[in-house]
Amino acid sequence: MSSDVLTALGALAASGSGDSYETPTPAEFWWPLWGGYDNPWAFTRPSLVLLLSVGLIAWWLVASTRKAAVVPSKGQWITEQVYGLVRNSIAKDVIGSHDFLKFVPLLFTMFTLILVNNLFGIIPPIQYPTMSRIGFPMALTLIVYVVYHVVGFRKHGFAGYLKSMIPGGLPKAVLPFIFVLEFITYYVTRPLSLCLRLFGNMFAGHLLLLLFITAGDYMLLHGSIGMKLVSVGSYAMAFVMTAFEILVEFLQAYIFTLLTATYIASSLADEH
Amino acid sequence: MLGGNIAILGYGLSAIGPGIGIGLIFAAYINGAARQPEARGMLQSIAILGFVLAEALAIFGLVLAFVFKAA
Repeated sequence: MSSDVLTALGALAASGSGDSYETPTPAEFWWPLWGGYDNPWAFTRPSLVLLLSVGLIAWWLVASTRKAAVVPSKGQWITEQVYGLVRNSIAKDVIGSHDFLKFVPLLFTMFTLILVNNLFGIIPPIQYPTMSRIGFPMALTLIVYVVYHVVGFRKHGFAGYLKSMIPGGLPKAVLPFIFVLEFITYYVTRPLSLCLRLFGNMFAGHLLLLLFITAGDYMLLHGSIGMKLVSVGSYAMAFVMTAFEILVEFLQAYIFTLLTATYIASSLADEH
Repeated sequence: MLGGNIAILGYGLSAIGPGIGIGLIFAAYINGAARQPEARGMLQSIAILGFVLAEALAIFGLVLAFVFKAA
């Protein structure tokens, strides 16, 4: 991890040094640790962060529930609160009390994994939101995509599932148009927006932090005396945006889980 | 010398609609919660759901701004 941090600091210094300020670009998010810079299969920094988060979540969940008691310890209480949020206010409220239970493990995994990975975006030694590389939200979305379609096909059958996409009570003339629209919604818009929302929020937020911090760094070290004063404002904005990022990170983990539950619920719904 | 990419303007345009939409959604949520405080929990998840659906367009704009590089 330490060499990782050193390269990060090196890159920050590099982008802030020289005669002119270079604004951060999407290329700053490419961090191969092993396998070479041009290798698309390189083991990258977000891969390491993801592995770390999986280990951390597994350790935390086992440690906080191994000695589960009726009167919970602090750790068990936190785990129970998070589990309760996912189970009751996401899964049960959205999917319905009849068959929400078998989706709780999926939703809980999604929520904890995304939450921890998002929070890693601002936790100092790591400071890389995994989901700002589009491959990671894509993989998560692929799981959700397969799950809600399989659930729908199993429940309604092939023709029944396609039919269940159309809301009832429509005049016959508009049915084909509505079917095309709903088909696009189910197969294109939903996975695309689910994936891009998580990616876009994490990417944009991190890019903004990068901009304020590297700009403050540049103005402080290379600017005139007036610029040095302005850099205080830049750092203050970086601080404010970091606080805002915490909110966004929680919200995105919640939203991803909520939408997963919503999509599963709409595949399971009997009639529109 | 100001450099940049005209595709970013597309993001600015695509943020207008969601900005108005999200404003309307939360205005309705605040109205509802003020009139009926006990419905707050239920309204909150509906408001967030509406918010993310409206936000999707802005996110598309943001991503496409980086995808399409102007020459």
